[in-house]
Amino acid sequence: MADGAQTGASRREVIQLAAGGGGGLVLGFTLAGKGEAAPAAPARLNTYVSIRPDGWVEVVSKNPEIGQGVKTSMPMMIAEELDADWSKVRTVQADSDPTLYGRQFAGGSMSTPLHWDELRRVGATARALLIAAAAKSWGVDPATCSTEPGKVVHKASGRSAGYGALATAAAALPAPEPRSIKLKDPKDFRIIGRPMAQVDTPAIVTGKPLFGIDVVLPGMLFATYEKAPVFGAGVDSADLDAARAVKGVRKAFIVQGANAPDGLSPGVAVVADSWWRARKGREKLNIRWKAVEGPLLSSQDLEARMASTARWSVDRIERHDGDVDAALKSAARTVEATYHYPYLAHAPLEPQNCTAHFKDGRMEIWAPTQNPESGRQLVAKTLGLKPEDVTVHLVRSGGGFGRRLSNDYMVEAAWIAREAGAPVKLVWTREDDMRHDFYRPAGWHMFAGGLDAAGNIVAWHDHFLTPGQGVQPARSAGMSATEFPARFTPNFRYGISILPSPAPTGPLRAPGSNGISFAVQGFLDELAHAAGADPLEYRLRLLGDKGMVGTPGRDGYDAARMRGVLKKVAEVSGWGRTRMEPRQGQGVAFHFSHLGYFAEVVQVRVAADGQVKVEKVWVAGDVGRQIVNPSGAINQVQGSVLDGLSGALGQAITLEGGAVVQGNFDDYRLMRIADAPPVEVHFVLSDNPPTGLGEPALPPAPPALCNAIFAATGKRVRRLPVDPALLAAG
Amino acid sequence: MAYTLSVNGRNRRVDVEPDTPLLWVLRDSLGVLGPKFGCGIGQCGACTVHIDGTPVRSCSLPVEAVGKGKVTTIEGVGDTEVGARVQKAWAELDVAQCGYCQPGQIMSATALLSSNPKPSAEEIDAAMSGNICRCATYNRIRAAVRLASGQTGEA
Ligand code: FES
Ligand code: FES
Repeated sequence: MADGAQTGASRREVIQLAAGGGGGLVLGFTLAGKGEAAPAAPARLNTYVSIRPDGWVEVVSKNPEIGQGVKTSMPMMIAEELDADWSKVRTVQADSDPTLYGRQFAGGSMSTPLHWDELRRVGATARALLIAAAAKSWGVDPATCSTEPGKVVHKASGRSAGYGALATAAAALPAPEPRSIKLKDPKDFRIIGRPMAQVDTPAIVTGKPLFGIDVVLPGMLFATYEKAPVFGAGVDSADLDAARAVKGVRKAFIVQGANAPDGLSPGVAVVADSWWRARKGREKLNIRWKAVEGPLLSSQDLEARMASTARWSVDRIERHDGDVDAALKSAARTVEATYHYPYLAHAPLEPQNCTAHFKDGRMEIWAPTQNPESGRQLVAKTLGLKPEDVTVHLVRSGGGFGRRLSNDYMVEAAWIAREAGAPVKLVWTREDDMRHDFYRPAGWHMFAGGLDAAGNIVAWHDHFLTPGQGVQPARSAGMSATEFPARFTPNFRYGISILPSPAPTGPLRAPGSNGISFAVQGFLDELAHAAGADPLEYRLRLLGDKGMVGTPGRDGYDAARMRGVLKKVAEVSGWGRTRMEPRQGQGVAFHFSHLGYFAEVVQVRVAADGQVKVEKVWVAGDVGRQIVNPSGAINQVQGSVLDGLSGALGQAITLEGGAVVQGNFDDYRLMRIADAPPVEVHFVLSDNPPTGLGEPALPPAPPALCNAIFAATGKRVRRLPVDPALLAAG
Repeated sequence: MAYTLSVNGRNRRVDVEPDTPLLWVLRDSLGVLGPKFGCGIGQCGACTVHIDGTPVRSCSLPVEAVGKGKVTTIEGVGDTEVGARVQKAWAELDVAQCGYCQPGQIMSATALLSSNPKPSAEEIDAAMSGNICRCATYNRIRAAVRLASGQTGEA
């Protein structure tokens, strides 16, 4: 097998972790809470590491925690090289402070790849200080000292000293020469690579206040904020006095705002002594909205515009290799199909909220945000404050999925708090959240493919229709010119056309990829079928014997790593070796995004009435040589896969008269437990730097599902969400 | 209107309108923040509490309907033997991702195991189907319910 040769994978091994696997989990706490550290002042060794005299180590977690597990995994990187005793490590959430921590954000699955080296060096530097302090007090050469969890030891003389006893002396030493710092050999890891429970787990299971919505300040009031259902509409008038007459309501006022969806949108605020009373006040507002310019578009308008668009006449060619028209003309066989995916909402379970307090010209904010610094700048600019007069405290988010990269709710809370003259907690209703999102853009792909006599792909044409303005795709609505199968087919053309659409768009978990993969991997399956080939073998054939295509770290795509996960998923899923009953089938898909290579097999059973039951999912992923926290990693992969299936099976945001139709979980359906299949996760370890897991397992799930439905029923799903009525027997 | 509610074994007095949902009385009047707001219409289960041991969606229950019922929230459920066992299983399997739904999940699971100590896979799915986990930790939720019920093997 040529597999792996091109990557220089000297060590390709596989660790297998069962679904739901908690086996061998390390619990670094008791349910009573590990936070009961002694009050004595800690000695600070660097920006991230402080050590108390009793040996408790405090490690700062710099990035926002949104459920992706960085508040555990990033401190693990520091603690490993510090050689700390994990059961005596306490994680401290950083405030937003770019001067101390650089960029702090949760997005793009970037926390691991950006910090893998840096945070380990932070830990190693602190360890070097502790060794130097011990060596000095013992009068020995630091090189003769080593560490064990939580202490420095001098083997020759049998002496040892705990970190707590050394910390003050260590903190007074000059920082060591960076080049003298050596990182551990991974075979010596004691923390990285072991399944660690999240540091907040004890607080989560006992219901401690952790989230943005749980922030309470003395004298705090509660706010609700109503914005126009039609995107971009301003406030004409509202019955403010009627709202003020409701018991407990302290303020009701119009906010003119500006016409930027990710800034302060126009609306009406009601502030009361409880959130319920604020809502009751809101019900009395009877707001008249201003008319917006231009047509009030509906989803049907987009469909009609799409239907009148020709497969071949694109607004702009984004890439053309070879000669697609000639190749299609001379092809032994051609296939044409159009794929569509809808707008989606993020719908994190914790609705958007933020607490703000304006006092003496300074704004203090507690925000569940993925992107605190841009929020701080937005607040400063909108309220006319100096950025240094705005403080943002990071609070755990009840899910993010990209929604909280925008800080519209932060600037609303800040504005309302200043107007109200009191600390204010703004909480959106679910309907506010569903109707004022930055949606995953809808998209259409009009494909044509040509096969030679042997069934190989000789031509690929993709006319991509996407929301935007003029010739520019909207935010998160573009597609890269190197998107697969570019560079894997000799004659390849991808053109784009823009559909005007009023709905604001933005990144949703695996942005771009989460829709594109459905279209590309679905059409690829059609070509495999047309070629009479096994879909998985066909994919391996298309990847060929290529290795790294493009430039690593830029547009690089390592075909060998993709073959590795495809072969692995074939093996663990029993692909081609499992007898399927009538209306039962397996489908496969793969996708590369966020530096991760994932292949997935979905097995479904489709009832006679067309209802789809997902029976099982197998996942093989390659995110480099090291899984930092296997417990969190498996959880992320399972969640991403089920998130993809949840969307594909049940979700669509539609527009009616310039507004979003759906409002709550009764008309925007999230997967429930009975529909969740077991997801078996396998990591293929390759000799590459570790990369992130918040996103890349999602994109293959929807197409693998639809390819499985085809295997079970012979019916091709080219439009999401899956419509069971089209899958009924007969 | 003044009400006296029994919350986690303590009598608490509040003065709120009769139609105020129990969820907001707990959160805003009493500072009991474990029950969460997710949808407000009884769809997601994030606000689940027990009244006399029965799981209810506190976002959709007006305070006037609570009466003499004993309210237990995630903050108090650990005082029961089953609740403590469920919390321990949740921690041991590191079920949570963002964690926002988990108080509600634990309340539903505790109610299930209190009335049905050894539920089948189907019974677990049925009892937990009112609780949405947006992060989709469903594989681990199943495993944790089984662990808490003393059953092992694939959930
Ligand atoms: S908040 Fe009560 S069921 Fe969703
Ligand atoms: S853990 Fe995030 S909603 Fe369940």
